[in-house]
Amino acid sequence: MNWSAPDDRRYTETDEWIMIAGDTAKVGITDYAQDQLSDIVYVELPATGASFDTGDIIAIVESVKAAADVHMPLSGVVTEANRDLEDQPDKVNSDPHGDAWFIKVKLHHPSKIDALMDSEAYAHHCAARNN
Amino acid sequence: MISPNKREEPLVYELSRPGRRGIQFPDPDVPRTKLPSSLLREDLNLPEITQLDAVRHFQRLSQLNHSIDSGFYPLGSCTMKYNPRVNEDAARIPGFLYTHPLQDTNTVQGSLALMHELQEWLKEIGGFAGVSLQPAAGAHGELSGILMIRAYHLARGDKGRRKILIPDSAHGTNPASTTMSGLELIELPSDKRGNVDVKVLRSACSENVAGLMITNPNTLGLFEEHIEEVVDIVHDCGGLIYGDGANMNALTGIVRPGDLGFDVMHYNLHKTFSTPHGGGGPGSGPVGVSERLMDFLPDPLVTIIEDSDEDEPPLYGFKTPPKTIGRMKAFNGQFGTLVRAYAYIRAHGGDGLRGNAEHAVLNANYLLSKVRDAYHLPFERTCLHEFVIEGRWRDVPNVHALDISKRLMDYGFHPPTNYFPLIVKEALMIEPTETESRETLDAFADALLEIAAAAHNNPDELRTAPQTTPVGRIDEVRAARNLVLCCHTQYPSNPDPSADPES
Amino acid sequence: MLAACGVEDISDFFAIIPEKKRFPTLDLPEPLSEMEVLRELKELAESNADAEHHPCFLGAGAYHHYVPALVNHMLLRGEFLTAYTPYQPEVSQGTLQTMFEYQSMICALTGMEVANASHYDGATSAAEAVIMALKHFRGHRTKIVLSPTLHPQYSQVIYTYTQGMGIKTLAVNEPPDELDNLNTHIDEQTALVIMQYPNFLGELEDIENVAKASHDNGALLCVVTNPIAMGMLKPPGEYGADIVVGEGQPLGIPMSYGGPYLGFFATRQKLVRQMSGRLVGETLDVNGKPSYALTLTPREQHIRRDKATSNICTNQGLMATAAAIYLSVLGKQGLREVAELCFHKAHYASDCIDTLPGYSVRRERPFFLEFVLRCPAPVSEINAILFDDYGIIGGYDLGQDHDDLKNHMLLAVTEMNTRDDIDALVEALGAIK
Repeated sequence: MNWSAPDDRRYTETDEWIMIAGDTAKVGITDYAQDQLSDIVYVELPATGASFDTGDIIAIVESVKAAADVHMPLSGVVTEANRDLEDQPDKVNSDPHGDAWFIKVKLHHPSKIDALMDSEAYAHHCAARNN
Repeated sequence: MISPNKREEPLVYELSRPGRRGIQFPDPDVPRTKLPSSLLREDLNLPEITQLDAVRHFQRLSQLNHSIDSGFYPLGSCTMKYNPRVNEDAARIPGFLYTHPLQDTNTVQGSLALMHELQEWLKEIGGFAGVSLQPAAGAHGELSGILMIRAYHLARGDKGRRKILIPDSAHGTNPASTTMSGLELIELPSDKRGNVDVKVLRSACSENVAGLMITNPNTLGLFEEHIEEVVDIVHDCGGLIYGDGANMNALTGIVRPGDLGFDVMHYNLHKTFSTPHGGGGPGSGPVGVSERLMDFLPDPLVTIIEDSDEDEPPLYGFKTPPKTIGRMKAFNGQFGTLVRAYAYIRAHGGDGLRGNAEHAVLNANYLLSKVRDAYHLPFERTCLHEFVIEGRWRDVPNVHALDISKRLMDYGFHPPTNYFPLIVKEALMIEPTETESRETLDAFADALLEIAAAAHNNPDELRTAPQTTPVGRIDEVRAARNLVLCCHTQYPSNPDPSADPES
Repeated sequence: MLAACGVEDISDFFAIIPEKKRFPTLDLPEPLSEMEVLRELKELAESNADAEHHPCFLGAGAYHHYVPALVNHMLLRGEFLTAYTPYQPEVSQGTLQTMFEYQSMICALTGMEVANASHYDGATSAAEAVIMALKHFRGHRTKIVLSPTLHPQYSQVIYTYTQGMGIKTLAVNEPPDELDNLNTHIDEQTALVIMQYPNFLGELEDIENVAKASHDNGALLCVVTNPIAMGMLKPPGEYGADIVVGEGQPLGIPMSYGGPYLGFFATRQKLVRQMSGRLVGETLDVNGKPSYALTLTPREQHIRRDKATSNICTNQGLMATAAAIYLSVLGKQGLREVAELCFHKAHYASDCIDTLPGYSVRRERPFFLEFVLRCPAPVSEINAILFDDYGIIGGYDLGQDHDDLKNHMLLAVTEMNTRDDIDALVEALGAIK
C-alpha cells in the first residue's frame, strides 16, 4: 500500500511533517500516521505561545483504537493552533497534509530542517515498517 | 417489524410516566421533623415506572447480552469458566450478607475465619509467605504490588531504583500501574519464541531497576522457557519480581509462582477462581508475597489473635503490617467475592485445582490443533491454557480480526480477545477454559474454519457481519466523535468555570 | 483429544515447567460436594451477628438499607451475572444500555453532566479524583487539600494512591469546630479540595463557601456525597462542585461485610477526557438503530498504557446494574421517601437520646441520617453492653480517629430501624450511666 509523502516538506521518524512557509513553519501528521490510527475522533492541541524543544509532545491524536503523541520536529514557539481540528477531527484523515495542519511555529533554528528526512527517505521508512 | 430507527429496548426514562412508582415504603412511624427547606432539592430527574415495567425492562435488556450462561466465551486471559450457582447462594447467606464492615470483630468471627482460611489457601496455591485480600481487582493488586516493591527499596535506603522492566506483551494495566506508582517503565522485547529476550533483560538490569513485571504464562499463552534464569538475573541486580497472575488457570497445582522465585503476585479471583464477571466487575485481586515483602502488605490483614484450644476455635482479628503501604480501599476488600472463591476452592481441593489446569491446557491445545492449518500461529510452541493466532491472511488484505470476530457472533459465539497482545498483528487470543465440552470446542473450530473459507471466497459475509445479533455493527467512531454519555441534559455547563489549566 | 494434540499424556504439556518445581502437592482440605460446601459456609455464618437479627445503628460509610426484592432476582439472571466487559458491543447491549441508564441517573443525583460506569468504591473514586485533578493541571499544581471531616479511610486510601506521585497532600487536621478554617489552606498551588456532604460526622456543611474559595484560587472542588441524601437534598453540582464522587452501596447493595461496593464518579462535560474508568456512549449501528458502546477508550490502560488516565480495568459493573435497578424501581418519589424516612427517624432518635442525662447530641450543623453523640462512658464499653445485654449493634467510635472525640459515638438511623428499635436503643442507653 502506498502513502502519499509530498516532496514540499520534511518528515520525522515519528510520522510528523514540517513545512516552512516564509517566516513560520507548519506541522502536521502524515498520511501514513492517519492510516495507522484509522478514524480520528479527537485532537488535543497546545496553547498558543507554548514553547517546545525537538521531540517534545505537542499534541495528542485519538482514534477509536489508539492514541498517539505528536512530537515537535524542531524546537520553537507555537504561533497558532488549528482549532478547526477540535470540531472536525476527521479532517486529519481526509487531508493530513493540507487542511489538517496542527500548528504554526516560529522555529528557533530553521536551518535544521535540512537534517530531517525528505520525501523519498520517509517513503522508505514507511515501507520498512509495514510488512 | 421493528423500525430500524428505534432502540431494541426503550430507555428506562422513556418508560417513565409521572406519578408511577415501583415500590411503596411505610409512612414514618416516628414524629416528623421539619426538613431543612433551604437545603432541599427542587427536582430529581429519576424515572417513574411500575415494578412490572422495571422487571420487563431489565429482563429484556439482559436478553440482549451474550454471557457464559448463554454460550461459549473464549476471551483470552479472561478465563470465562462456568460460575457455579452455589457460590451465589453462599455469598447471600444472611450471616454474611447483612454484616457491617465496622462491626466489633467479636461479632463477625465467621467472616474473619473465612477470610483467614482463604488467605492461607491462596498462600498455599501460589507458594507465598503472606497474602492480602484487600485489592479489589487485578489492576488494584498490581498497584499494591508495585507500591510494595517501591517501599521495600526505600526502606533499605535505596532511592535510586526507579525503573520497572515490562515485556512488550504485557497487559496495559502493567505500565499504567507503574506510572501510578511514580516509577518509570522500560519495555523489554520478546524473542522469536515469545519469551522475554534474556540478552536484553541482562543488559537492562542495573542498580536503577526496582523490579520486573512478568505474566507467566504470558499473554501469548506461552510459558517463559527461561523463567528461572530471568528471575535470577533480576534478583542478582537487586530487583524484585512481580507476577501478573491473570493466567494462573494454567498453573494451579502445576507449579507455584512463589517456588519459582516471584516476590509478589496478584490473583484474579474473577478469572482463576470462577467468581462471576458481572458485565465488567466486581473482581477481586488479592496479592501474595514472599517473606521479604510481608511487612509492606496492604492494611489490614486478618490474623489469629488468640490460638484455638480444645473447646474454642481461634479468635480472629485484624492487624496492620508494620511497614504497610497503606489502605487500598475502604473496609475489607470485596468480601462477597471472597466468599465465592472460598466456596470454589472448597469444592475442588488441591487435586481438583490441578485437574482444572490440566483440562484448561488440554482444551486449548486441542482447539489449536483444529485451527492451526487455517490460521497463522506466530509462535510455534506448545501453548498452555490459551493461544494467539493472527486474524488475517496475506492474500485477503481487506479482512481483519475485527471482521472474523463479528462473524463469529452470527454462529452464536462470543468473539475471542481482539488486538491483544500488541506484538501480534490482528491478534485473536483464544482461551476455552476447562469447563467447555469437546462438542463445544469442535463447533467453535468448525465455525472458525468456515469463516476462514468465507474470508477467501465471500469476504462480504464477514464485512457485513454481524447479521443475527440484536444490533448490527456499531459505529464506534461516531460514539467517540459525538459524545452522548447521559440521556438528559438537566445540568448544562457550570456558568462559573474553574481554572484554565494553562494558568 | 490428546492424540489430536500430538501428546501421550496430559503431563507432557507441562514438560516446559522446571522439573523440581513441577506438580507440587497442595495442602488444601479435601474437596466437598455442593451440599457440604453450603453447610460448612452456613455454619461459619452462624458465628456472625447480622443486621437482620440485630438492630443496627452503625454507619460511617456503609449503611443497612432496604434492597427491593427484584434487585436480587434481576442480578441473578445469567445474562447480567456471567457476561464480561462489553468490549464487543453488538452482543452486549444489555450491559451497555444498563450502564448508560446508570450513568444518566448518577448525573441526575449528583447534579453533574457526565458520570462513568463505576470505580471500586467511594474511597478509590476519591483517589481517582485526585489523579484527575493532577492531570488536569498537567503537573503544575501539586497540592491536595483534604477536609478534616472526610471519611478517615478515604484519606488513607488517597495517601496510599499518591505515595509515589511526589505531591503534597494536606489533610487538614483541625477539630471539627474549626471547619471554617479549611479555606485558609487553599491557595494557588492547590489542584483539588475534597470535602464530604453529609460529612463523616453526618453534618451538612456549606459547599458553596468552599466552592468559592477553591475557584477563587483556580482549584477544583470534589465533593464526596451519599446517594440517599441526594434523594432529598440539593446536589453538590448545583453548588459548584467540579467532581462528585461517593459510595453507591446504599443503592440496592447489601452491606456484605465491606464489599463488593460501588464507587460513583461524576464531573462536568469539559473535564470528561481526564475522567478515568469506563464510559458508555450512545451511537448508531450500521442500520441507523440507536445503540451503545464503550467510548473514549483511548484514555484507558489497554490503549494508552503508561499514559492512561488510570490503571483501572475491571470495575464494579454488576453493582452499577444493581444501582440502576434500585433507582428505577424507587424512582424520584421512592428515593425521596427513603431519604425522608431516614431523616425523620434519625432526628427522632437524636431528640430522645438528647433528653437522657449524661448524653448530648452535637448540633453545630444540620444533619441527615447520622449524628454525633457525646456519651458518659467510652464508646467501646457502651457498645459491648448494647450488644451483650440488648442485642443491639451500636454506632461508630469516633475516638479511634480523633483524640478530642473520645467518648463520642457516630449513630446512623435508616428506614430499616423501626420506632421500637429506636425506643429500645434509647432505653438501653438510658440504663448505661
